[in-house]
Amino acid sequence: MAAQSPAVSRAADPRARGLRRHQWLSVLGAAARTPRGAVGLTLTLFIVLIAIIGPVVAPHSPDALVTTEFAKPSGQFPLGGDFLGRDVLSRVLSGGWILLVMAVSATVIGVAAGATAGMSAAYLRGRSDGVIMRTVDVVLAFPQIVFALLLLSMLGPKLWLIVIAIGVSHAPQVARVLRSATLDVSERDFVKAAELQGMSPAKILRKEILPNLISPIMVEAGLRLTYSIILISGLAFLGFGQAPPAPNWGYMINENQVGLPINPWAVLVPAALIALLTIGTNTFSDAIARVAIGVERRPEEAALVTDLGPEAGE
Amino acid sequence: MRNRELSSAGPAPAAPRPRAGVRLEVAGLEVRIGPSGPDVVSDGSFSVRAGEVLGLVGESGSGKTTLALALLGHARQGLKISSGRVLLDGTDLLALGPGDLRAARGAKVSYVPQDPSSALNPTLRVGTQLREALRVHPGVVPDPEPRVAEVMREASLEPTPELLRRYPHQLSGGQQQRIALAMAFACRPSLIVLDEPTTGLDVTTQRHVLDTVRSLCRSYGVAAVYVSHDLAVVSGLASEVAVMYAGRIIELGPTLRLFAEPLHPYTRGLIGAVPSPDHAERLAGIGGQQPRPGGRGPGCSFADRCGFAVDECRARAPEPVLIDQRTVRCLRASQIGGGQAARPAPAPGPEAGGSSAVLSVRDVSARYGQTPVLAGIELDVPPESCVAVVGESGSGKTTLARCIAGLHSNWTGEIAFRGTPLPRGARQREKDLLKRVQYIFQNPYTSLNPRKTVGQIVAQQLEQFQHLEFRERSARVVQVLEDVSLGAGFLSRYPDQLSGGERQRVAIARALVVQPDLLICDEVTSSLDVSVQAIIVELLRQIQRERQLAMIFITHNLALVRSIAQSAVVLHAGTVAESGPVEQILTRPADPYTIRLIEDVPKLAGPERPGEPASG
Repeated sequence: MAAQSPAVSRAADPRARGLRRHQWLSVLGAAARTPRGAVGLTLTLFIVLIAIIGPVVAPHSPDALVTTEFAKPSGQFPLGGDFLGRDVLSRVLSGGWILLVMAVSATVIGVAAGATAGMSAAYLRGRSDGVIMRTVDVVLAFPQIVFALLLLSMLGPKLWLIVIAIGVSHAPQVARVLRSATLDVSERDFVKAAELQGMSPAKILRKEILPNLISPIMVEAGLRLTYSIILISGLAFLGFGQAPPAPNWGYMINENQVGLPINPWAVLVPAALIALLTIGTNTFSDAIARVAIGVERRPEEAALVTDLGPEAGE
Repeated sequence: MRNRELSSAGPAPAAPRPRAGVRLEVAGLEVRIGPSGPDVVSDGSFSVRAGEVLGLVGESGSGKTTLALALLGHARQGLKISSGRVLLDGTDLLALGPGDLRAARGAKVSYVPQDPSSALNPTLRVGTQLREALRVHPGVVPDPEPRVAEVMREASLEPTPELLRRYPHQLSGGQQQRIALAMAFACRPSLIVLDEPTTGLDVTTQRHVLDTVRSLCRSYGVAAVYVSHDLAVVSGLASEVAVMYAGRIIELGPTLRLFAEPLHPYTRGLIGAVPSPDHAERLAGIGGQQPRPGGRGPGCSFADRCGFAVDECRARAPEPVLIDQRTVRCLRASQIGGGQAARPAPAPGPEAGGSSAVLSVRDVSARYGQTPVLAGIELDVPPESCVAVVGESGSGKTTLARCIAGLHSNWTGEIAFRGTPLPRGARQREKDLLKRVQYIFQNPYTSLNPRKTVGQIVAQQLEQFQHLEFRERSARVVQVLEDVSLGAGFLSRYPDQLSGGERQRVAIARALVVQPDLLICDEVTSSLDVSVQAIIVELLRQIQRERQLAMIFITHNLALVRSIAQSAVVLHAGTVAESGPVEQILTRPADPYTIRLIEDVPKLAGPERPGEPASG
């Protein structure tokens, strides 16, 4: 009985091995190294940085009336004044973080709820599958923005309600994607092996199946984050956000649109920041998706895998 | 370009063509990863005469499929044919332009892939696909219809309109493969490359397909290259055999000589690892692993696994030398001499177990949905003994194993473990019961969670069944890994860093760590190479003896049965065809199905099996 010494086996890159325990980190890292991912990540981090350190470095209070209505840009006020004579630069710098916090919270709620529903439906099959997926279909029947507006008009424009409404309206799409991904994983024998250990379904979902769904979950999270940003700034534009004196990129576009010919920066800058943020998150999540399905793998590596990989024979 | 001479052959195959000499000559063929990466195949040189079959054998990753595809001028994405010549009737296929190469493929060179169900277009009727094969080469025959009928008859298919109108999924695996063969032979090519065309087929169907290949090659003077990992299949078909290892042909010669007196140590080991239905014996595997491209050192690729290796073997790569009509790449081939293949010692004879069965299956019938799969199965597993359950695909053998394990709960009848009837599904079974009956899955590539380390996988089994202190648990995990010859070095590895054989050992360790009473092994070696299969079977045999386990060994490979089991049950279409001691079933089978099954098992033997009826 010849023992196969560990040295004979393919030695793994130690760094790669450290990352494997946290697979999401290695996927993120791989995505960031692709050109597409680098562009997306840079854009996103740039806007996030503005939103986070903005309130600290803003030269004026966002609410202070410091200049004239729709003042042209000047040395003291680089982006001019808004419709009440407040400093546009200060309002831009102060008005981003709330959008980010809300978008991230809505995404977390949506992905968590959707993933739980989709994974349970796929693994439990039968009646649970039917009940969960029909509920999902009902929610899916409402357009997202209509769903959010409906809830807000019934319960009043509260920030936490916006977050929940958008999170709930994300859940169905996430559930659909993760259901099909789970169907594939739960057919594999290691899940059967766990069943033979008498493991409870909840534990199997958590310990055996979830770690194998990291990639699709990350792709979904990136995509839903993009949609959250669009929906939340859209709702803010329509007036569903913080109460008026507070600065908010979405609402700034609305309140300053009448002054567009006089001081366009009051509209263009917040609009551009929202656009760049969504382009950034979307590009980066696209890079994650490509890494996850192996498109970005170098052809030589791909050939090695198919040519010399195990023959998954009969 | 086209072979008009051959296409004019009459409806009935004419008398065998005289040996027209060498049809295919391959020299210095090399395939690399990328333009300048490591080589996957190097220095591939051989020739094939008209009407003869060259067997290209090797284990997974040896580069045999890559070499076979290169004969058609094809390299998979990321690979590149970097040098060499493929001379077919004097024309170098690798020198042809894209247009000429396309015209040659199908007409002069054709290919039969491994899996016919994915090679045939599922949306086209088989008649359409056959006609298409002729239409894309309009010069071959003016009217495709008579040729379609002709090649179908040659492939032992009746060319009825009804069959031609079927879709691939309406045919059996054997019929699909014959359609693929008929397509390949339709244009009367000079060379045909067959890539493991019988891997997914039953032994009986396999024999018919092989007979068809043999007779077609003879009748039309086709040179054939038959790629396979199955030495027994090749030994019955090919006149010459090329053994591949780590991208090189390490031994090439006439089939009979090569199998009778292998010269290269690897060939020897490979032949020694093939189980035989004729005698019970210990199987000797080859330890270690084949180096991957890029990881091949300056010396002989096999040196690290070779019992004959000397320092010189690791220093320089052996050049091919000609010994006894054979080309061998081994520095020591002449010193080792053509010994018998390492036919290992006979396995200890069967020992009769005690009287009361560990597991008894009474009148079990099972169905999938409305489809009955098993009917009236009876089976007893005596203590400390191994029962083999043998059957072809679709015989219900895996379903039986899953019913016993509790993975399939749609069954009736009684399965009693130590006298107590088992609940149907695993969910209804007590923890203690789940612990005592352990199941090892067929495919080690899906049975281990890719996100967990070997240590976590084995420890989890213990955690689920026993509350142990951390140190006690770790000690047991390490102990069981050593029992399966892996050791503590594997604790922090992930499954995808392991070879197939190592993975299956982890799966075995996972089952053994809780000290079960009954071990169910479901086709545990069918996805492994033959040299690894031998090691795993030997390991299971030892463990079964040492731990005095009761074991159910499910397999489609009759040849393995003798090496491991004391009694056997032959399943046929969901019922028990025959059961009894292994010796009796293999030497004096009573049931006609068992007799046929035993006859059709390919055996390592000479290339001819005269006097046997052609496929029907």
